[in-house]
Amino acid sequence: MTTDAAASSLSVPDDERPRAPRGVNDRPKVTRVVSAQVSVGARISEIWRSRELLVNLVRTEIKVKYKNSALGLVWSMISPAMTLAIFWLVFGFILKNGIPNFVIFLFSGLLFWNFFQGGVQSATGVIVGRAGIVKKVAFPREILAISSMGTSAVFLFFQTIVLILFMAVLQTAPDWSLLPLLIPALLATTVLGVAFGIALSAWNVHLRDMQHLIEVVMTAWFWACPIVYSFWNTVHKTLGPKHLTFLYLLNPMTPIILTSQRVLYAHPVIQPTTGGPPVQILPPWSAWTYLGMDMALLVVGIGLFFVALWIFGRLEGNFAEEL
Amino acid sequence: MAEVAVSIEDVSKRFRLYHERGTSLKERLVNRKDVRYTDLWALDHVSFEVAEGETVGILGHNGSGKSTLLKCVCGVLQPTSGQVVVRGKLAGLLELGAGFQAELSGRDNIYLNGSMLGLSKAEVDEVYEDIVEFAELEQFIDNQVKFYSSGMYVRLGFAVAVNVDPDILVIDEVLAVGDERFQRKCLDRIRQFQEMGRTIIFVSHSPDQVRSVCDRAVVLNEGVLIGMGSPGEAVRTFRESLLEADEAEIAEQDANTVAAEEAGDDEVTAELPPHERPIRIGEVSVHYPGDDERPYLESRQPVQIHVGYVATEPIDGALFALEIYGPRGGLLVKTDTDILGEHFDVEAGEGEVIFSFDSWTFMDGAYTAAAGIRSRLGGMTYDWREGAAQFEVLYQGRASGLVNLPLEAMHRAKDIDQKELT
Repeated sequence: MTTDAAASSLSVPDDERPRAPRGVNDRPKVTRVVSAQVSVGARISEIWRSRELLVNLVRTEIKVKYKNSALGLVWSMISPAMTLAIFWLVFGFILKNGIPNFVIFLFSGLLFWNFFQGGVQSATGVIVGRAGIVKKVAFPREILAISSMGTSAVFLFFQTIVLILFMAVLQTAPDWSLLPLLIPALLATTVLGVAFGIALSAWNVHLRDMQHLIEVVMTAWFWACPIVYSFWNTVHKTLGPKHLTFLYLLNPMTPIILTSQRVLYAHPVIQPTTGGPPVQILPPWSAWTYLGMDMALLVVGIGLFFVALWIFGRLEGNFAEEL
Repeated sequence: MAEVAVSIEDVSKRFRLYHERGTSLKERLVNRKDVRYTDLWALDHVSFEVAEGETVGILGHNGSGKSTLLKCVCGVLQPTSGQVVVRGKLAGLLELGAGFQAELSGRDNIYLNGSMLGLSKAEVDEVYEDIVEFAELEQFIDNQVKFYSSGMYVRLGFAVAVNVDPDILVIDEVLAVGDERFQRKCLDRIRQFQEMGRTIIFVSHSPDQVRSVCDRAVVLNEGVLIGMGSPGEAVRTFRESLLEADEAEIAEQDANTVAAEEAGDDEVTAELPPHERPIRIGEVSVHYPGDDERPYLESRQPVQIHVGYVATEPIDGALFALEIYGPRGGLLVKTDTDILGEHFDVEAGEGEVIFSFDSWTFMDGAYTAAAGIRSRLGGMTYDWREGAAQFEVLYQGRASGLVNLPLEAMHRAKDIDQKELT
């Protein structure tokens, strides 16, 4: 028995205890409130405070994903490269669409799509998947959904390297003057992905269908984006310039993918490899139009982000019970 | 009074227990109107404050809501109503090693866990060596955590939590695991924390651990705060609530026994239902000089334990047994009237058997007595009562340990001449 005699006696009053605070009580302290409703503002500041955790989560997620695999991160390049190869084969040689350097066209669209789709899809299952820590450790849970987007961003980085290699090999260049347009496009994709991811991750806790549903939705969504086909030449021509095209453009990924294609593929008008007159494949918009669309999406994305945080906050209270 | 570190304000937590509730969309839609659930209030308007630098224990039996309360304090669960205000950095050990990722190495897990507790990489770098050293995992730190033994897991978890320098440390029944040496190390670290003026919220299965570590304790029973005060008081409240629960259970068992017998089960059972027992334990009380003035006896004072009985018929050769348990639950005394050479028969009516100790040579703590009545020959137990009486012992001196034996020290210098001779 190692009981300190003084500490266990009943009659010694607390304040007579030999206890000397050594100045730690003076250091700055953050006050945290745990209650049923936490305001969106408080959530954002919590998330901001946990940014190091975000980095760590992304790092460990990638580490775990490629643990014990010989090729490691190379796999993150191999699988999109495979998709690319298949589409390239099908549309470049079998169903000839006549777009020269089709692989670059395809890749420039796929890049942003993969970033968005990969992030949102893994975010959907992330709270359920990480139930172990969600039930035991306190931290802003939104970080988990954001980290899925972060992991996807790392893959985006590696895929960009592959794209650069392709461009070097095929000797094509991006439209250097428009290159800055990629920044708002990237920001908009990130914010949208984070917003969707946060909301879906919370819904999925209560309704596990979400995970499967999102897979189906994503497949449909992919074909609703002008990635394997050209916007101007196909969609615009078929749907006409008015309402239907406008509807099509409501798909938030469309303007982003168009921006990416405009910048990276850089040829709005092409000379088809199948012969014939030049064809307009990308919209003849000015840089300002692209910028305006991307900025609008960014604003919408930020709005959705707040909505997502609000939804998340409503559902979060029951996570520990439902998991 | 120091500032408030943790303030629990009217916290309630409701758990909805659904009966086979579907989590798929189809089931939701099909069973939409037919939501069957029962509400369970794990916490019911609990309020108390923990001052800075204080160590508060939370006592309660299983399902009393203490873990739920801790989860609310840590922020893992959100209360249904009310709020918890936490001032300062909080590190919680809700379950040791929770939040570790099996696939990652110990090193990676330290960094991940550190950042979950709100530390920057640089801050973790600073304490990294201490963590590894405390956990005694130098050799294994680069191995994946999934290869760790449960003891290693526990050590790493505790090491991270105590080394990240929190203002408030929340510990949930974690000292029950790990070997004795590590437990001691943890307790030492907890003491060190206390001396540094940190706040600790401590949940333990062992009331005596609470008694030895905490300044104050609260008792929860079915989500309701039923007691708050000095550890001694709280432990008593806790024990009482346990006894009540036990009695309810015994009553239920008794009912079952009666039902079994009525069903034609003629086998003679040693444990008779209370109303059929020929002799039962009455009041058990503890007496010592000055017991009407002080709620505790001083070490080395004489003490008497009176075991009262109520007999409905004469008993030939009744045997009264006494057991006394120490503050840590260990058995200190086990004796009976037979061993003590006292043989007697009991007439119908009431009476008592008095066990007298000349001097209670044990030190501080709460001692619990259990009493029983058996037949001397047949081995039949008429009645047995755990926790029949409890008494506090106060030791005024400064020594520590378990036993307060007559002891003195003397000094004798060795004669120099003598030394030279030898």
